[in-house]
Amino acid sequence: MPYLSKSHGHRLSRTGFARLALLPLAIVATAFFLLPMAKLVIVGASGDMGLGAYAAILFEPRYRASLISTVVLAAVTTIAALAIATIAGLFLQRHRFPGRAVLIAMLTFPLAFPGVVVGFMIILLAGRQGLIGDLTSRLLGEKIVFAYSIQGLFLGYLYFSIPRVILTIMAAVEKLDPALEEAARTLGAGPWAVHRDVIFPALGPAFVASGAIAFATAMGAFGTAFTLATNIDVLPMVIYTEFTLSANIAMAAALSVGLGVVAWASLAFARSLSGGTVAAAG
Amino acid sequence: MRDRLIVAGQLLFTLVVAAFLIVPAILSMLAGITVNYFRGIASGVTLQWVIQVWDLYAETIGRSFLVAGAALFVTLVVGVPAAYALTVRGGRLSRAVEEIITLPLAIPGLAIALALLLVYGGFSDFRRSWLFILAGHVIFTMPFMVRAVMAVLATIDVNTLDESAASLGAGPWRRFRDVIVPNARPGILAGALSVVTLSLGEFNLTWMLHTPLTKTLPVGLADSYASMRLEVASAYTLVFFVMIIPLLVAMQLFADVSNGARSRA
Repeated sequence: MPYLSKSHGHRLSRTGFARLALLPLAIVATAFFLLPMAKLVIVGASGDMGLGAYAAILFEPRYRASLISTVVLAAVTTIAALAIATIAGLFLQRHRFPGRAVLIAMLTFPLAFPGVVVGFMIILLAGRQGLIGDLTSRLLGEKIVFAYSIQGLFLGYLYFSIPRVILTIMAAVEKLDPALEEAARTLGAGPWAVHRDVIFPALGPAFVASGAIAFATAMGAFGTAFTLATNIDVLPMVIYTEFTLSANIAMAAALSVGLGVVAWASLAFARSLSGGTVAAAG
Repeated sequence: MRDRLIVAGQLLFTLVVAAFLIVPAILSMLAGITVNYFRGIASGVTLQWVIQVWDLYAETIGRSFLVAGAALFVTLVVGVPAAYALTVRGGRLSRAVEEIITLPLAIPGLAIALALLLVYGGFSDFRRSWLFILAGHVIFTMPFMVRAVMAVLATIDVNTLDESAASLGAGPWRRFRDVIVPNARPGILAGALSVVTLSLGEFNLTWMLHTPLTKTLPVGLADSYASMRLEVASAYTLVFFVMIIPLLVAMQLFADVSNGARSRA
């Protein structure tokens, strides 16, 4: 055992110990992640279509439509969540008032809600016994119910995306240099010009980082669509039906790989832009 | 005057967003203790729905705690030493390992669950036990533990600490236990809170991995949303909130404390 040799005793035994300390993680990650993911990629190409299953994601109308609608829904959700979080984040970071901490807590509190619970929140808001239906039937005489439509799904996605981006935006606002804004204002820039030319560009990295997280999370969201049981086929729902109802395991695997690649690529892209570390949470 | 209006508008906007997030949660808590939600809270307050949830789903609540506790145990035993090793080793291999174990944050849970099913679905004893769900939860929560511990270790000079302990004659295991772990405690605590919170609420993986005999709380929730009356579904959600909110509050307090420490540094 070389690491017991006297001359380099401590250093070598430390390397040996570090290797030993890493071993359990290597075993767990290989057995329950790397091996299964490799199998997923192989199974995806093992159906009737062979490797064609991967092409089918793009060329088979049903899958392509689902891919497009999922990407569009995730992108629109991300943009809306960023816009909302920027307005609220700028306000919360620039004003101190009683109840501010509670308001921030309220905006981040749904962070740990599973997708199914988010779906249920939308049902309580816009479902058949929901608040909006109740209010509209009293005020307008017509009950508005949209929990199970694309609007309801969008609202659900927005619900879990806002808490995911708002903290990053607020942290970025805090780091803005007030002198730059001051300088722009002295040079005669109006409030809108200051926002457009100074504040938003400075928030750019935070937009990219938190936007990528929101997009990746929305792409993979399953629980919300599952609870709302809408007829809009987001990709995770298609994978689920292919697997359980059609028992089309190869296609489900291929679609899962495709979904994973899109989600992972959006985070990798954001990281290459910002140069920092970006990772989805929850 | 115009500025005042803009500020008032921003405040109103922020309040509307907060209401959008909070009002449904409050509605669900109220619905869980209302005799008849359709008739409103005026119909009376009751615990009958909570009791019914307990009769129907107590087992799922217990199993969720079991899985979360076991996931915490595994991520502690496996993740903390690994975080230490990745910090002191550095280099390309460590970056690659960190990259790989962080992947489950980017890859949708459904895909990971499907992958696990394809490899282990045939081992029927494993497939049927709660340990199958645990495997998924460990993969999903591990990066939170490893990264939280690594973040703390990065702020202290681990190498100097480690070497001074070594020069005093402490062996590697003793240095890890008596020097590294106590210094990494804030990261371990933050990681532990994330692991338990995420495991208790995990649905995307668990829905695919569970069997009728290994339902967890979020799986039971999905069941109740689909098949139970609104009051029962709400009472069940209320139970979930009661479990998860203390953890969230602890996480928030903890983040405030460590942010404060960082900005002072």
